[in-house]
Amino acid sequence: MTDETVTEPLGPVTTLATPIRLDFEFTPGVAQSRFLRGLEQGKFMGQRCPKCGKVYVPSRGSCPTDGVPTTEDVELANVGTVTTYCVVNVPFAGQSIEIPYICAQVLLDGANLSFMGLIQEIPTDEIRMGMRVEAVWVEREELKPSLASVRYFRPSGEPDADYETFKEYL
Amino acid sequence: MPESEALHASHRLEYPYSRSVGPVIGAFLTGLREGRLLGVRGAGGSVIVPPTEYDPTTGGDTGEMVEVGPGGVVESWAWVSHPLPKHPLPSPFAWALIRLDGADTALLHAVDSGGPDQLASGDRVTVRFRPAAERIGAMADIESFVPQGGAPR
Repeated sequence: MTDETVTEPLGPVTTLATPIRLDFEFTPGVAQSRFLRGLEQGKFMGQRCPKCGKVYVPSRGSCPTDGVPTTEDVELANVGTVTTYCVVNVPFAGQSIEIPYICAQVLLDGANLSFMGLIQEIPTDEIRMGMRVEAVWVEREELKPSLASVRYFRPSGEPDADYETFKEYL
Repeated sequence: MPESEALHASHRLEYPYSRSVGPVIGAFLTGLREGRLLGVRGAGGSVIVPPTEYDPTTGGDTGEMVEVGPGGVVESWAWVSHPLPKHPLPSPFAWALIRLDGADTALLHAVDSGGPDQLASGDRVTVRFRPAAERIGAMADIESFVPQGGAPR
């Protein structure tokens, strides 16, 4: 041994780090790029189907029912309705939000498709289907073409939505 | 909307897996950390490198660990002209099957020969470990193999 320093003897190797990594280039396409650019301006942009009239957010550029391009851009409200939700109590590797937290499907006013959002500023046992929520955005200068521009949704204070108004979206 | 208005971004998907290696591969990796190459005695006395828990021909348990190398013979090889970021060497090298002295099977690793015209099947190579302080008990503890007689650099 030529080492001058005295070190603790190392035990036998029992585990091996085997990270799996995939670096890739993502192109969301024209329709979803409009949605993302909308987020950069602090608003939700969807697209309406010219045939059935449904508004999709985020739009993929076509109507999945009618198979036709969606070309009309629609700006949606900053408020919506919780259709369903899940309270996350289980910790997992890489978790970035303190548990317990609420993950909900939010149907924005004017949209015919809900999307997933984080609900905050409410005790987890008070969340309910039909709750009216509003989006809370990051500071103006921090807005980016990313869903990270939406910090979370919080109760808007309005009365709960009637079940009949969102039962189609469960 | 023109095509150029579509966004474009770099993403990374990553999972920080680790796996338990078991007693035999664990001993092999421990050997690497110590700067030693270990094989295992299989059925009929053959020496398997890298070692396995079971003999690949009989399925029976393997036996004692056996030190092999540090020299060996290149059985076959393929030249990598444009190394990728994950490769063991940043400069062009050969992936080679190397049968270490004392072993009956070949180990896959990099050979830093300097060029494809400076390597041939049957050539003798020797292991080049990373410095002891950098070794963690992983295959990358072997930086590469080099033609016997020293590195070409």
